[in-house]
Amino acid sequence: MTSNLDARITAVTGSTVVIEGNDIDTDRIIPARFLKHLTFDALGDHVFEDDRKQDRARGVTHPFDEEARRGASILLTAKNFGCGSSREHAAQALYRWGVRAVVGESFGEIFRGNCGTIGLPCLTISAEDAKAARAIGAADPAAVGEVDLEKGVFVFGGREFPVEISQSLRDAFAAGTWDTLTELLKSADDVAGTAARLPYLNGFHAG
Amino acid sequence: MGSTLYDKVFDLHTVRSYGDGRCQLFIGLHLVHEATSPQAFAMLRERGLPVLMPERNVATADHVIPTDTIARPFLDQLGEDMLTRLEENTTNFGLRFLSPGSGEYGIVHVVGPEQGLTQPGMTIACGDSHTSTHGAFGAVALGIGTSQVRDVLATQTVTMNRLKVRRIQIDGELNPGVTAKDVILHIIHELGVVGGVGYAYEFAGEVIEAMSMDERMTICNMAVEGGARCGYVNPDEKTFEFLKGRPAVPTGEAWDRAVTWWKWVASDADAEYDDVVLMRGADIRPMVTWGINLEQSVPIDGLLPQIDETSPEAAASFAEAYDYMGMKPGTSLSEYPIDVAFIGSCTNGRVSDFVEVATALERSGAHVAPGVRALAVPGSNAVREELIRRGIDKVLEKAGFEFRLAGCSMCLAMNPDKLVGQELAASSSNRNFKGRQGSPTGRTMILSPLAVAAAAVNGSVCDPTSVFGQAVTTPDSEGVLA
Ligand code: SF4
Repeated sequence: MTSNLDARITAVTGSTVVIEGNDIDTDRIIPARFLKHLTFDALGDHVFEDDRKQDRARGVTHPFDEEARRGASILLTAKNFGCGSSREHAAQALYRWGVRAVVGESFGEIFRGNCGTIGLPCLTISAEDAKAARAIGAADPAAVGEVDLEKGVFVFGGREFPVEISQSLRDAFAAGTWDTLTELLKSADDVAGTAARLPYLNGFHAG
Repeated sequence: MGSTLYDKVFDLHTVRSYGDGRCQLFIGLHLVHEATSPQAFAMLRERGLPVLMPERNVATADHVIPTDTIARPFLDQLGEDMLTRLEENTTNFGLRFLSPGSGEYGIVHVVGPEQGLTQPGMTIACGDSHTSTHGAFGAVALGIGTSQVRDVLATQTVTMNRLKVRRIQIDGELNPGVTAKDVILHIIHELGVVGGVGYAYEFAGEVIEAMSMDERMTICNMAVEGGARCGYVNPDEKTFEFLKGRPAVPTGEAWDRAVTWWKWVASDADAEYDDVVLMRGADIRPMVTWGINLEQSVPIDGLLPQIDETSPEAAASFAEAYDYMGMKPGTSLSEYPIDVAFIGSCTNGRVSDFVEVATALERSGAHVAPGVRALAVPGSNAVREELIRRGIDKVLEKAGFEFRLAGCSMCLAMNPDKLVGQELAASSSNRNFKGRQGSPTGRTMILSPLAVAAAAVNGSVCDPTSVFGQAVTTPDSEGVLA
């Protein structure tokens, strides 16, 4: 794989925004009505829109509405964040809001894949550490953390939390080859070869 | 040691391995719909790329389609724009479009099998998580995101990690009134909503073998709600019988060769699994969700769980669910009057679902309770026409249901069918997430079509046998009203 220097992602540094609660589904990250947009451009403004509205109605400030969180680039979450629908809009909305890395206990599988495809690493952290990191982030909006993909650590609040990401994604981010289409386009001959051996593309004659 | 269907199909479709766990996987059939494709086509245009194999990509419209009239332009301008964009994209890139105008349209996961596009041994992808539905035919069917939709359009391949395989074997028989929906809700209740992460689910055993293709589709549809990326059932005679004669299915000698290959694709008797879970059909009861994720469910006549009955970890989610749903631990769901009853979606919007409900309604002479809005929304236009041919529309209407045009409708309310305010819905769809059915404060209980009909009649959730008595039957896919 050739590397793409501009696209390399080895670390993310910035302040944090914290979302508490397990099983935050993609319908909450971006409600279905925003799937009617023909582009992803405006989604950043609408991330968690319904949760934010409801919080406002209750006189609570949603983390994504806190003035002090503006510009945050690391999102801290709990378990099974991004479960539910395959809508890439969820990953896009977070990215366009400004999130550049997500650190949480676990993630919805398709969501994590979608994040990877757009250059947004999702890293897992133990339940205990996730809780501690969220507490630090919640207490101090100005606290800056650094997610180091190479070393597999999240340095935050004077602590060093081990975080994990699959070797394959770590390598792809490091080499700047996370843009899947560029990689896929490299093997046109192999694709033709695979198609030629599939019975259902060849009248069910053994390939 | 033999191989599983998943491994055979995955190996056969692997173009190359990246050497880091990821593979480039060939996609045999790509299904496209209006909601997750416009950005993908735009990205192709930006890079000046064509669609590599237009004939392996088929589009339909379902998410934004209104269910009262499909006269153009739609009243909803955003919906109209999405459909127009799909028409342009399919024309410009040379894709087949099962359009509203052609009468072949419907929910993508209903029309794929209907047209015979979905076949055993294929890899199938679609920008929709419920693509797992197609696994009912012994396909490896994967929901993908929009950038991956772009990847498939441009290269007919995606980047994928190989999954582990968990066999969920359910033996014995189901009790009367227990449906496929109850089986999958039971599985999710037992294994949890994250239990399947990293797995493909193979559904097997006597209960699954006895099921019709429609029922198998219901099960595989919701595999993804248990965290699994896909689910499948090994192809058998029922699969072949369903497919025979459908438009996209081979005929003559090619059919015989196809069946031979399809049989080979099935998991070997001595296949090795990463995990095996055994369940008994007799242990499964009609189920209903009470909360805001799919594992928050109870047997339909059970009491809602106490918060301290669950793990400390799940307790916060329980509390949040009770708060959102306006319900109390220890109560019965029968205490909460419903506002809406919805039968439809890619989970339960096929002919047999409506036949089952209509049979129960007709035999019992039951009628929808006053104050309940009851919707019957066919999963495709072909389903709708078949129901009309059999007079089932009349039975449903006589019982107080609105019989509407095909589409996703109130499953996720990207069209005009929406809950209002805090309305409580009994729904045959697949997700009970906060705000899922169009109102940010709307409330959803997920249950079988039969149980939705019973709730519509009773005015609140109840055991279907208490409303329909002996009328509860499980007809085969041909249905008993034929
Ligand atoms: S019916 Fe619901 S789950 Fe199925 S494709 Fe449509 S919106 Fe998605």
